[in-house]
Amino acid sequence: MTTAPLRGAEQSAPPHFQPTSARQVKPALDWLFAVAVLAVAGLYVRALAFTPPDALQGMAQKIYYIHIAAWLSAYLAVAITALMSIVYLWLHDDRADRLAEACAEVALIFLTVGLCTGSIWGHRIWGAWWVWWDMRLTLTLFLWFVVAAYLVLRGAIEEPAMRARYSAVLGILAALLIPFIHLSVYMFSARLHPMPVALQPGAPKMSPQMLVTFLSSFVVFMLLDIAFIRARYRIGVLRELAAAAEADGGEGR
Amino acid sequence: MNGATRVPGTLTSAWLIARKDLAIEFRTRTAFLSALVFAVLALCIFYFTWDESIITAADRAPGVLWVVLAFSALLGLQRSFAIEDHDRGIDALLVSPISREALYIGKAIGNVIFLGAIELVAIPALALFYNLHFGRAMLIVCLIVLLAMIGIVAIGTLFSAMAVNTRLAELLLPMLSLPFFVPVLMDAAQASVRVLAGAPMSTVWPWLKILIAFDIVFIVACTLAFPFTLEE
Repeated sequence: MTTAPLRGAEQSAPPHFQPTSARQVKPALDWLFAVAVLAVAGLYVRALAFTPPDALQGMAQKIYYIHIAAWLSAYLAVAITALMSIVYLWLHDDRADRLAEACAEVALIFLTVGLCTGSIWGHRIWGAWWVWWDMRLTLTLFLWFVVAAYLVLRGAIEEPAMRARYSAVLGILAALLIPFIHLSVYMFSARLHPMPVALQPGAPKMSPQMLVTFLSSFVVFMLLDIAFIRARYRIGVLRELAAAAEADGGEGR
Repeated sequence: MNGATRVPGTLTSAWLIARKDLAIEFRTRTAFLSALVFAVLALCIFYFTWDESIITAADRAPGVLWVVLAFSALLGLQRSFAIEDHDRGIDALLVSPISREALYIGKAIGNVIFLGAIELVAIPALALFYNLHFGRAMLIVCLIVLLAMIGIVAIGTLFSAMAVNTRLAELLLPMLSLPFFVPVLMDAAQASVRVLAGAPMSTVWPWLKILIAFDIVFIVACTLAFPFTLEE
């Protein structure tokens, strides 16, 4: 009887949403996810055991191998959300909306990881858990708020087409907002602190082992980013099917 | 086609919408009075949140002004589309021969006037309570307030239209709007701090330029985005 809810989904889904056949339903966690998780594990074995600690920062520098890679993953996910918002308003394709949602949620996770690891590192190196004058820190905090607002907005709307339109509008406006926050924070920090002195690689010339670990952390996190987004996208598909099946069951009763 | 009614142009219909909103507000005065009392009350409360011997009243006046402006704006913006939700007034607006862009611009004009009226009382009250001197500096601060208000209203009017259709309504508007108010408030506060401290205009101008750019970008973007927030 596994096909019954799917057939129901096709019947009751609004015309706006493409009916999803059983062939398209894929497991959320698959080989790519497993490979990404293994790669992360491998990266930290290498970073902790086979990469020398930094001459000035000591073990605190190890955080670079998660912190900067997490930032890049977050920015990539945020950029895809903004892009997919434009695509949705243009083509009204619900796959774009689902991808935007998946990327926003993954971005929030990586932004949180970035903020937390940055704060820990800042406590060790700057001597403060939080500093407002650092441009990137402040900018990213506001980015976090925007992404959080995006997800709350999605959660507050029941109707799928309206949710997709509203969140696409917010996604595009947020993309326009980022340069303004960036510029304002830059000017604000420039007043107190001529240049961000701390958030740059501690040693300009890294040792070869460190450089390899550093660069491979980017690759590994990109992989993890894609695996997360893909898994979240598939969960989105499954949720839609479940909602459609539930609506159908309610009507049939 | 002699009997056909003439469809008003975008700006004319926008003004009609703004006038309608202001007429409703003028007759009931509930939102205006509550926002006004809130603004003045907040000015007074903020006076006691700093140690007078460390930071003088004149130094904290700009900060207080911008916090109060942002939150009283939210009170007015919340109402902008909430009044259309009663008895589905929005449906009547949508079937009327008024373009959706005109509807947005009209709502925004109404909100600017609403907020401007609050500031008309709040700024003199600020000058009174915080011992600021009226003069050229205050005039420039009023100009900065106007620029900031336009940016806040451009964003807030759009989000008000969106928030009213969601489950969270009143809660969602501040959450959506405040991150967008950040550059406006930061620029406006930095500019007004400098103006009130008597710094030369050359140090104020860069902040005003970002503020003007923000206004232009978001007026255009929100006008274009607004039709997507209405039910089709």
